This record gives sequence, C-alpha cells and structure tokens, in this order.
Amino acid sequence: MLNKILYLFLFLIFTHPHNAGSASSDVDLIEQNWPFNGIFGRFDKASLQRGFKVYSEVCAACHGIRHISYRDLGDIGYSADEIKAIAGEYEVIDGPNDEGDMFTRDAKMSDKFVEPYENEKIARLANNGVYPPDLSLIVKARAGGADYIYSLLNGYKDFPENFEASEGMYYNEYYPGKQIAMPSPIMDEIVEFDDGTEATHLQIARDVTSFLAWTAEPELEVRKSLGVKTLFFLILLTIMLLGVKRKVWKNLD
Amino acid sequence: MKDNKTEKKGFTNWIDERLPIFTFINHNLRDYPTPKNLNYFWNFGSLAGITLVIMIVTGILLAMQYTANTEIAFDSVERIMRDVNNGWLLRYIHMNGASMFFIIVYIHIFRGLYYGSYKYPREILWMLGVVILLLMMATAFMGYVLPWGQMSFWGATVITNLFSAFPIIGDYIVTFLWGGFSVDNPTLSRFFVLHYLLPFAIVGVVALHLVALHQFGSNNPTGLDVKSEGDTIPFHPYYTVKDYLGLGVYLIVFAGLVFFAPNFLGHPDNYIPANPLQTPAHIVPEWYFLPFYAILRAVPDKLLGVLLMFAAVLILFFLPWLDRHRVRSANFRPFYRQFYWLFIINCFVLGWVGAMPAEGIYVLISRVATLYYFGFFLIIMPLLSKFENTPALPSSISAAVISEKFDSKEPAGSETYVK
Amino acid sequence: MSEKDLKDKDTIPSVDEEKRDFLFVTTAGLAVAGGAVTVFSMVDTMNPAKDVLALSTTEVDLSPIEEGQSLTVMWRGKPIFIRHRSEGEISDASNVSVGELKHMASDESRVKNPKWLVVVGVCTHLGCVPLGQKIGDNKGEFGGWFCPCHGSHYDTSGRIRKGPAPLNLEVPPYEFVTDDIIKIG
Repeated sequence: MLNKILYLFLFLIFTHPHNAGSASSDVDLIEQNWPFNGIFGRFDKASLQRGFKVYSEVCAACHGIRHISYRDLGDIGYSADEIKAIAGEYEVIDGPNDEGDMFTRDAKMSDKFVEPYENEKIARLANNGVYPPDLSLIVKARAGGADYIYSLLNGYKDFPENFEASEGMYYNEYYPGKQIAMPSPIMDEIVEFDDGTEATHLQIARDVTSFLAWTAEPELEVRKSLGVKTLFFLILLTIMLLGVKRKVWKNLD
Repeated sequence: MKDNKTEKKGFTNWIDERLPIFTFINHNLRDYPTPKNLNYFWNFGSLAGITLVIMIVTGILLAMQYTANTEIAFDSVERIMRDVNNGWLLRYIHMNGASMFFIIVYIHIFRGLYYGSYKYPREILWMLGVVILLLMMATAFMGYVLPWGQMSFWGATVITNLFSAFPIIGDYIVTFLWGGFSVDNPTLSRFFVLHYLLPFAIVGVVALHLVALHQFGSNNPTGLDVKSEGDTIPFHPYYTVKDYLGLGVYLIVFAGLVFFAPNFLGHPDNYIPANPLQTPAHIVPEWYFLPFYAILRAVPDKLLGVLLMFAAVLILFFLPWLDRHRVRSANFRPFYRQFYWLFIINCFVLGWVGAMPAEGIYVLISRVATLYYFGFFLIIMPLLSKFENTPALPSSISAAVISEKFDSKEPAGSETYVK
Repeated sequence: MSEKDLKDKDTIPSVDEEKRDFLFVTTAGLAVAGGAVTVFSMVDTMNPAKDVLALSTTEVDLSPIEEGQSLTVMWRGKPIFIRHRSEGEISDASNVSVGELKHMASDESRVKNPKWLVVVGVCTHLGCVPLGQKIGDNKGEFGGWFCPCHGSHYDTSGRIRKGPAPLNLEVPPYEFVTDDIIKIG
C-alpha cells in the first residue's frame, strides 16, 4: 500500500498544473541556464549590476519597481555612497513642511524606487491606454519565470502574413495572444556597460532578466543556502531517529 | 489520606494530587495501550496535529506584520517577504504549510477509509474529523484571500458567488458575506478575523477528536478489536519514537518545498495585485480544492453543481451508515479493496480535470468521475455491505502479526490466513 | 493508587537503561538544538525590520530656531528636543559642580556646540515626555524641563536635578553636517 501511495503522490506532482495559466503559449520558452537555478543557485552580482543599469536607463522610463528601496541595492554590491548618488538622481514628494506645503527633495536610501508615473491614470494616458506593469515581482508573477521574461525580450518579430494586427501593437510570439503593446525595448548597444561587457541584444536581455529575478526574490541566496543546511540537518536527524526507532522496537522481538 | 501523602513525594506528585495533569499525560501519551501492529499510516494523525501547531505559531507571527486593508495588504505581504527578519521564511512556511496540512489530512482520511476506522464504535470520532476538515477548508480559503493578489480576489469572488445559486435568498447571502456589493475591504477585514479565529475552533474540535479516539483506542491494520493485553504495547516509547521518525521524514519534504520550490504549489497570478476590473484568463483554486471544483463544474445547473459540491464533503458524515459491513479493514475485503483503489484514482482524476479548462473531453471526464465519486458512497458501499463475502479473519491482532512474520510476502488478508 | 504511581517505571524496564544510550542522547541533543535555532529565527521576526532600521536617521535644519527657542523633531518614533541656548542658559549649565549631580556629567560632554543642546525628550523615569519646549511651559526649578508625570526636574543641559528620574536625558547620536544642519542617528 505504501508503494501505491508513493506512485500516486508522484503522479500528483507531475500532473500538477502549475504551469497551466496566464502565459499560455504554444511556443516553447527559450530555456537559459541561470546561475540562480538549482539548489545551490546564486546570483551573478556583475550581471545584476549590468541589469540594473539596463533597468534604470531603459525600462524605468515606463516601468516601476515599487517594492524595491534604494538601500536594497546594497545586496547586489553597491556601496552606501554609490547608492546615495543613485538615489540623489531621483526626486520624491515629501511634506507637508512647517508652512503646510508639499515639497520635493532628493530621494534617500530608505525611499522606495520612484515610480515613473504619478498614478495609473497618467500611465495609461501616456501609453495608449495600456498600463506598464510594475516589474519588481514580474518574474514571480508570470508562468515560466525568468525564462519567460528572457524569451519575451527576444521574441519580437514582424507580423506574419494574414495576421489581424491591431493599431499600435507589436508581434511577440511568447506573449499571450501574440500582440503586445510594448515595442521591443532593447537593441544592441542601447546601454554601455561599465565593466566593458559587450552590450549585445542577448546580453542585455540576460542581464536585465537576472536583475528582475533578483527584484522578485531578493531572499533567494539566503533561502537556498539556509535550505541546504536545513536539509542536511534534517536528513542527519532522521537517520539517527531511524536508529533510535529500531533500537527501541528491538525490545518487542 | 495520610498514607497517601507519605507514599507520594516530590513536587510533581504534589501538583498531580491536586490537578492530575501528570496522570493525564501518563495515561494518554505514555502508558496508553496501543495496538502493536500499527503501520506508518498511523503517523498522519500526529503529523496533522503538529502541522496545526506550526500553522498557528507562524500565523500569529505573520498577523503581527500583516495589514488587512485592500490598499496595503499586498504591499504588507511583500514587506514581510523583503524587510522583516526571516519574514520570507515565516510566510513560505505558512503558505506551504497549508498545502502540507491538506496532504497529511487527505492521507489520514484515506487511511481511515481503507481500514474502516469510521465503523462502530468510532462513528463520532470520524464525524468530528469531518468537522475538522470543513473548518480547515474554510480557514484555508479565507487565508488565501489575505495576500490580495489576483487569485485571492477572484477566488473570493467566485466562491462567495456560489451562494447566489440558492433561490430567493441567494443574492442577500452573497451581499451579506461581502459586507458590500463586491469583494472589498469589509470582506478582506472579516476574512482576516475569521482566518485568525477558526484555527482555534479547530484546536477545540481536535481535542474532542482525541477524547473520542482514546475512548476505544486506535483502530489497526487488521481492523480487529484489541482482545488481550498481548495485542497492545505502551504508546511511549514505541509510538512516540515512531512518530518522531515520521516527523523527521515529513520535515524533510516540508523543508524541500519551503526552501527550494516555495511557489511550486501556488499560482503566479497571485503575485499580481488584485484588480477588480480584470479577471485572469484561467482561474483555478488551490490544488486541495480542485476535486471539489471539478464536481462543481461537472454539472450544467448552477444550483445543482453547488449542492453536489457541498454534498461531496458532507456525505462523509454518513459513511458509518453507508458502509455497514461487519469487517473493518479492507485487507480482508477483496472487493471493497478494488473499488477503494478505483476511488482513490478517481479523486486524482477529479483533481486533474479541476485544473483543466471546462471544455471538450474534460467535461465528460469530470462527469464520469463525479458519478463514480457519489456512486462509490451511495451504491457500491451499501451493496458491498450486503453481498461481499470475506475470508476468515485472524483470531487476534497477535495472531495476525505472527502469521505476517512467517509469510511476509503475502499481504495481510489473503487466503493464507484462513485457520 | 499504586498502579498509577508516576514513579513506577517498571512496566518498561529497558527504557531507563537506554536513556543513557549514546545514540539517544545525541539524537535528542541534535533535535533540541535544531528546535532552538528554529524558535530563535521565528522570534527574530518580531525584531525591528530592515525598513524600520533604515529610517533611523533624520536631518534637521537649525537655522530657523532663534536663541531661547526650542524645536521638537521625531527620530525613531521619539521626540528629540533641540534647544538654542542663550548665554545665560549655557553658563547656568556649565557652572554647576559636576560632583553634586545625581548623574554626573559635565555640560561640555553633552553638547557638540554649546549653543545647541540635543536630547531625547523622554523622561528617564517611566518614559513620559517632559514639559519645557513651548513658551509658557513649566520648565521646572532649573530652567530646563519638567516632567509632569512624577515631578522630575531637568536643567538647561538636560540633566536630572530633582525628582525620581535616575538618569539625565539621553543625548542621541548626531553630527553637524554643516553649521546649520545636524544629522541625528
């Protein structure tokens, strides 16, 4: 009976529809060997920093990352002074001051990333009625995760013949419905990387996807390293408990 | 009286004489005579109890950080994930703990179903278990609403709308549940309060469940009654240590999920903040509701579908009277055993079609599976009670254990037992 | 009663011997250690979170405060008293013999610039906020602050002079960013 249950459990796991859902597409995603995959997964800090540069120079024009604070950039290797300089480039509205007026000031490390639009209505007005989604959780919020984002960034093509294209839309074979309102955001050399890495289209897509994987799961490295330790501990403890159990039950024979 | 005092010394005895908690523990967790042939499926009761404690502890700590307001609920969960010390661990344990709880409890129920644990004299024990299941379902459903993601919002909308199926009063019930004219802040607020409250109701029913259990003691794989002291062993140390071992294995699975696949059983759409203007393309409930969701969708009539879905759980209350066969364990019921395994497979099929779109072949599959689900309880069980012949039973638990040792290849219940 | 006796462990004799068994002891020890780490990490969630810690500095512009006036700002959820002291107040504070004080501290050790006194405005007795910031407030017998809860008097250096409070008003960590701006925390 134990075996049957085990098979059923495996059946459950493999048939679980965790991928059936929002991003249903008949095209297989481009699978990347991300350094943060697997039980020993880690982020590549250099890639995250390049990705942050792509985000702030390209994506940030329309997309926010509102769950991230400037101070969080310390996690991907920026020093406090560098973060202050980055934050100083943004302005936030604060107040009211003692005169009762709202005022703008430079962003501080403790502030959340400033969003590109004041509210959703303005964002829609500026983008043909479409709301550019916040990107801080995008990798977690799409089936396929990082592979989906990477595929999407590389999935732009010309409209095939006989395709009923709508006004102002672009063809992307990985997007549900194949028509996306966002034009292909990246191209070769659209940014210049500080570390001298060649800014090819693929490189940019890979780095910005890595960055967004980090914004979605900044706890990933701590989680996985703690997980390895915890599992090691639990397996050791369970083996010892098996010994204890055998020893105690031996009395019955 | 004086003799007694000189006889029993020490602080624990002083307390125990006035408040017999140590005697109570001794009786129920130490000397408690337990059948000696329990297999590992009897671990799942204690695992369920431990999971309940884990859920309550992590839940209380989460409630200290969470804000039940539609404007900031989503962000407050993200703050837990990012800024609170070990907050991600806390939340992932609670989130996956719900799934683990249902896995444990479903196996616990299937075990009872296989070994006839619901039969005389354990009917009330079983029914209290069904009450716990119902409370768990309500708690889990309301808990899933709290992060206020897309699936939270639309799950709440769809499930509460089930009540609109009832004629005349349906719409009033739904408005009442919402506290408004749609799922909104009053709904979230009351769901949070109830989600916090109901687990303590579960603790109460679990206590009754244990009282009822200890009235006649555990059932066992042979389904035979305990006939002599030789059939039992003290709970401690034998079953305490066996429960610890089971707990170790369980925690390995649990930790694997929490640390390496925390969102595997969830849905990506729930990381999109709730948007009342846009329904996700494909909405599904959490996996543990999928079989019931499939039954709901199998029926073309709204009211009938809702009634059938509720009936699918409520029918468990009547199990002791639907299956009146005098033999408890399926080990000694060859026919029942076949139908039982078909029923288990059928539950998985229901779960699977519940996740598929309600169209084409899936509708037909869900209808056949729904028919079998109810047929198993309402037709097969009563018929087998009347007509199923069983091989001769072993004379006692001890006799069964001994014969198993000498002929371990044969499963218990095969004809070799005939004496 | 005797069969219910708690001390009677004779029913399972082998267990007592094996309690000292090496495997049992190490397994129990390991489990307890793991449990302790788990409990600690869970309780740790109640400590200040990263966003709370990040808000622990405040910058204050001193230029609008005129001599003799005070300003109250919030820092970590607590009031900070900033007083622009007059010459008289400074000499009052520095002319006290340190040896007579309940909580000995010289005025120089409590200020970075004698014109500005910066203290946490929480009475060291039981946490009330003392009076003395607003014009017309009772400043106590020593011209500093007076705590209305249990009658503690503080002088113009924020030192406890009379009443039940055991310690001087706390000086928060701060620094002058420019002559007119301080950063607290």
